Amino acid sequence: MSDTQYPAPAEAGAPQEPARRDFLEQGVKLASGAVVFFAGARALASSGGGAPGPKDNPFGEEYDWNEHRYAYVIDTKKCIGCGSCVRACRAENDVPDGFFRTWIERYIVGPEGSHVDSPNGGIDGFPPASVAFAAKKSFLVPKMCMHCTETPCVQVCPVGASYRTRDGVVMVDDQSCIGCGYCVQACPYGSRFLSPKTHTAEKCTWCYHRITKGLKPACVEVCPTQTRLFGDMKREDDPVRKIIETERVAILQPHLLTEPNCFYLHLDKEVR
Amino acid sequence: MPEISGFAFPNDIHVHWSLMIVMYPYITGFVAGSFIVTSLYHVFGRQEFKPIAKLSLAASFCFLLIAGMPLQLHLGHPERGIFVMITPHFTSAMAGFGLLYTTYLVIVALEVWFVWRQDIIEAARRARGLKRSLYKAMALWTYDSSPEAQEVDHKVITVLAGIGLPMACMLHGYVGFIFGAIKANPWWSTPLMPVIFLLSAAVSGIALLSVVYQVVSKLRRAPAEEPTVSALARWLWFFLILTITLELLEIIMLAYEKDESWHIISQLLTTRLEFSFITVQMIIGGMIPLILLGIVVMANKYMAPRLRNGLTVAASLLLLLQVFSMRWNVVIGGQLLSKSLRGLRSTYNPELFGREGVLMAIALFITPFVLMFLFDRLLPIHKAGEGAVPGEAKTGSAHV
Repeated sequence: MSDTQYPAPAEAGAPQEPARRDFLEQGVKLASGAVVFFAGARALASSGGGAPGPKDNPFGEEYDWNEHRYAYVIDTKKCIGCGSCVRACRAENDVPDGFFRTWIERYIVGPEGSHVDSPNGGIDGFPPASVAFAAKKSFLVPKMCMHCTETPCVQVCPVGASYRTRDGVVMVDDQSCIGCGYCVQACPYGSRFLSPKTHTAEKCTWCYHRITKGLKPACVEVCPTQTRLFGDMKREDDPVRKIIETERVAILQPHLLTEPNCFYLHLDKEVR
Repeated sequence: MPEISGFAFPNDIHVHWSLMIVMYPYITGFVAGSFIVTSLYHVFGRQEFKPIAKLSLAASFCFLLIAGMPLQLHLGHPERGIFVMITPHFTSAMAGFGLLYTTYLVIVALEVWFVWRQDIIEAARRARGLKRSLYKAMALWTYDSSPEAQEVDHKVITVLAGIGLPMACMLHGYVGFIFGAIKANPWWSTPLMPVIFLLSAAVSGIALLSVVYQVVSKLRRAPAEEPTVSALARWLWFFLILTITLELLEIIMLAYEKDESWHIISQLLTTRLEFSFITVQMIIGGMIPLILLGIVVMANKYMAPRLRNGLTVAASLLLLLQVFSMRWNVVIGGQLLSKSLRGLRSTYNPELFGREGVLMAIALFITPFVLMFLFDRLLPIHKAGEGAVPGEAKTGSAHV
């Protein structure tokens, strides 16, 4: 703070504003300096750089995330429980054993009771099951991250490591995640876990590395019955968009108002 | 692998929030509770708390110093823990930690300084050599001990305690908020949660001081002041009544509303948490101290000091257990039930060693007492001979 910045006191009667404004300016500069300093410290510590700003295109020329808004449809009537999707996900994303980015649930329902299981996430299919009540219907429900618009997991992340991309995918920055597990607790669908390998939160990314190259997520790619469909709500002729817009689709736990972007066809009341 | 009864989402079988997350609210509870006790004297002028006003402030300060440790120990990436402070994401309840913790630490540190300022000045005048320099630095090279200066100190202490009290409540209410605001988990998600946490913090703080005061009195061979013990028992009883009422109300509401989650929560309480909730939290830790303290409060004037001290300490020790089990039942209990609301995992047993183990938890609990001992060496909590039986003070005092 040199003398030129802080002139001698003005004569009596002269307006005091400039001095105060100077002071405020200095204050603002100091504060922004502190922010820059801390941001720098964070960038250094994370060594991977911060999340891209709103105007950046992190993908270069080939892909513009402003031109896509992804959505997912699961038709529970078509699933045969082969487990291909779970295996494909494991292979594609190196998912640790005992943890799941996607899994399949089997429901066996009768008037007197219901039975649900998911042996090892359904990765090896489903062995025959016997239940102690008269079963009237049985069906399989693939599950995964719902990529909610109003995400409880992103809301609770204390450092902003969980975020939602502009094309509608919920992701985790494993360079900033501190591994507190708050997002795991906050997800109503059980879609997240703390990876024993990276000690950070992990979840389905809709195979972001694939979809930004125009490919489909691994689970959709391998599904033999087209139970799983992946599409783009910003494309006029997209079949998934057509289903969501014209069919009766349901979402999981609608009372929580998380606005999932994964929609179900033929969902049963037993499914939560 | 944990055993599952019913159906749990495959990722829901892990207890990610371990023993350390049980210790975190337990420790911050002592911070807030002790501060409430010191404020009863400094803000509300309850003279019966004067003998323990310094003790409770020191306790609050020492527990506060390690309050962040369990969180740090629990993180998957402890080296990134500082991100919560420097790049907080403010939609997260957890991001408030840095701000609340730092503000409160500054307030408590300032209050400690003002409360002990005269002692520091005196020590700086008396001591020699390196010790003298240390106390001079601690006095911030200001040695004004005139009655006017002391009057100013006194006013500042009142103001600091007045700001500190709501801050302490917020620091701990916020811990309850972390759980209460998780809509995904029906065992946590209730607006009652911060209130229950806060009230049980008051219980744990007062219970802790009741025990520590008796121990310190024994060490100093100075009998505990009867009005102080009675007042501690009275306030402890009051906060216990509120805590138990709210803890029961939470369950009764769920049961009476027949909430969709009640089916699984009733199973949780009667199977996995049967011992820690019904036996420990409600009966051994809840009802028994309620009766013991009720006796102390209602039959106070007919009671010999020895009996009063004994009953209060017994109730306080049970309450320390009660509050721990309450933290356990909330934190661990909430992770035993799957968000499928169809299944429970088997009980979680913490490891013995390791950074989230039982030994670490014990070390965390002991550390504040070691800090309090060091604190007392530096800034005597009791003046030599104060309140002691004549002739015994010099040999028996813990800090002479």
